Amino acid sequence: MTGATTTAATPTEAARPARAAADPMRPLAREWSRFTPRQRLARWLVWLGVVAAVAWAVRSIDIIPEFLADAPAQMADLLVRMWPPDLAHYYPAVHTALVETLHIATLGTILAFGLAVPVALLAARNVCRIGPLNWLAQLVLVASRSVNSLVWALIFVAVFGPGAAAGVFAIAFRSIGFVGKLLAEALEEASPGPVEALRAAGAGWGATMLKAVWPQVQPAFWGIALFRWDINVRESAVLGLVGAGGIGVVLNDAIDFFQWDRVATVLLAILAVVLVAEVLVNRIRARLI
Amino acid sequence: MAAPPGAGGRPPLEIRGLVKEYVPGTPVLRGIDLEIGAEGITAVIGPSGTGKSTLLRCINRLVEPTRGEIRLRGEELTRLSGKALRLARRRIGMVFQEYNLVERLSVMENLLCGRLGYVPLWRAWLRRYPAEDIARAFALLDAVGLPDYATRRADALSGGQRQRVGIARALMQRPELLLADEPTSSLDPKTAVEVLELLARLTGEAGVPVVLNIHNVELARRFARRIVGMSQGAIVFDGPPEALETAHLRAIYGGEDWL
Repeated sequence: MTGATTTAATPTEAARPARAAADPMRPLAREWSRFTPRQRLARWLVWLGVVAAVAWAVRSIDIIPEFLADAPAQMADLLVRMWPPDLAHYYPAVHTALVETLHIATLGTILAFGLAVPVALLAARNVCRIGPLNWLAQLVLVASRSVNSLVWALIFVAVFGPGAAAGVFAIAFRSIGFVGKLLAEALEEASPGPVEALRAAGAGWGATMLKAVWPQVQPAFWGIALFRWDINVRESAVLGLVGAGGIGVVLNDAIDFFQWDRVATVLLAILAVVLVAEVLVNRIRARLI
Repeated sequence: MAAPPGAGGRPPLEIRGLVKEYVPGTPVLRGIDLEIGAEGITAVIGPSGTGKSTLLRCINRLVEPTRGEIRLRGEELTRLSGKALRLARRRIGMVFQEYNLVERLSVMENLLCGRLGYVPLWRAWLRRYPAEDIARAFALLDAVGLPDYATRRADALSGGQRQRVGIARALMQRPELLLADEPTSSLDPKTAVEVLELLARLTGEAGVPVVLNIHNVELARRFARRIVGMSQGAIVFDGPPEALETAHLRAIYGGEDWL
């Protein structure tokens, strides 16, 4: 190795132009920097934008300093009122509501899949080759996702009246966008080779979907189903706040009557169910793949 | 294995004036005339991008021809659509470079996919394939040397094994013509020869003519009865392997440093 190549390869040498100017090896010292000046300016502007946005946001939410200072004391007070949890309240009131919550999540997920599968087929550009239909299906999926499940619940409470039916539909309509988008992506990622092979063998559309596409999207399908059910268990726990059934109703009642020990019981029950759902879903998913 | 129906009379495949333009005005195939006889392997050689693959895919209409006629035992294929096209496709087997097996299905199910043009959808759905199809699948598994692989998943097989399954799947159709698009390009040299030997033997026994796209000129000479050389979308050589000389190869591939 010669001295010349060592100089050229050492970035610290290139980073010190003043010393390099006197260096006879100067022509060999190539400069390298991570960003161009334009990129550096752009990065600096992005950071400036972030800081400005945070500053603006903090000013606009109007924090009252007294309340902020008071918060730890208030939290402590709340926790003291919650302790010990009123575990006697669990059965039957909380238990029944909890089971209803699980039913809402499960039925909502199944209904969502029934509605999302056709939309996903229309949205996947390799399955449906009609541009406007792809576009329409994407619009349906985005619309479904743009409305929060609590808002869907409010709408369906107005339609079906208060109760679990409204919850099931709220969960389903919220899930269509999520499930449909992921399913459409899985469909678009399916390898075209087997599809081509089956078409070449004279298989019709249905047989091609069944034997070439479905085996490819099957793992994604069950993965999405479990993941969405997991999310829906958590989402259906709050639907009761607007009267759409489930454990949220019990929670809302307890808060309205300042029965904080009961609130604690409900929160613990939700935590337990979510944990169990999480473990269950992870176990099944590990086996699926 | 029975000889294909209607073997007498019309040649299995007649192509007249076939033109394919993916972009209007720039033809990939410039008026191909080709007649494929009743048996043996016809190898199509030529540089990459010269339209060999397009030619094969025009025959079973995976690619839509722009102009020209393609007749399968006298039946015009270029104007078929819907059910008639599917009925024509099931008479033509195809073997692919990348095998195109359904990776997550078992070898047996992949073979039975060759019958999807024949069995109704509900049978495929419930996996109630006719007993004779299953018997034939087992017979073909024996024939391609994979007797114990029926329940293995396709993604557990090696490249050579996959292509054997690919050939068996195509033969499940009891085709009147087999199209093989670079079936050995993804395989090592030894496996490539074994796969081509298998292809030649099984199609010979069944009396199925084969159109074989292949890069390797030596393999083409060794296995084909007839060689068709293509260059820039046109046929520039057509004759038996013995007649293929250096001058022809120069015309097909251009240049001569590689020879």
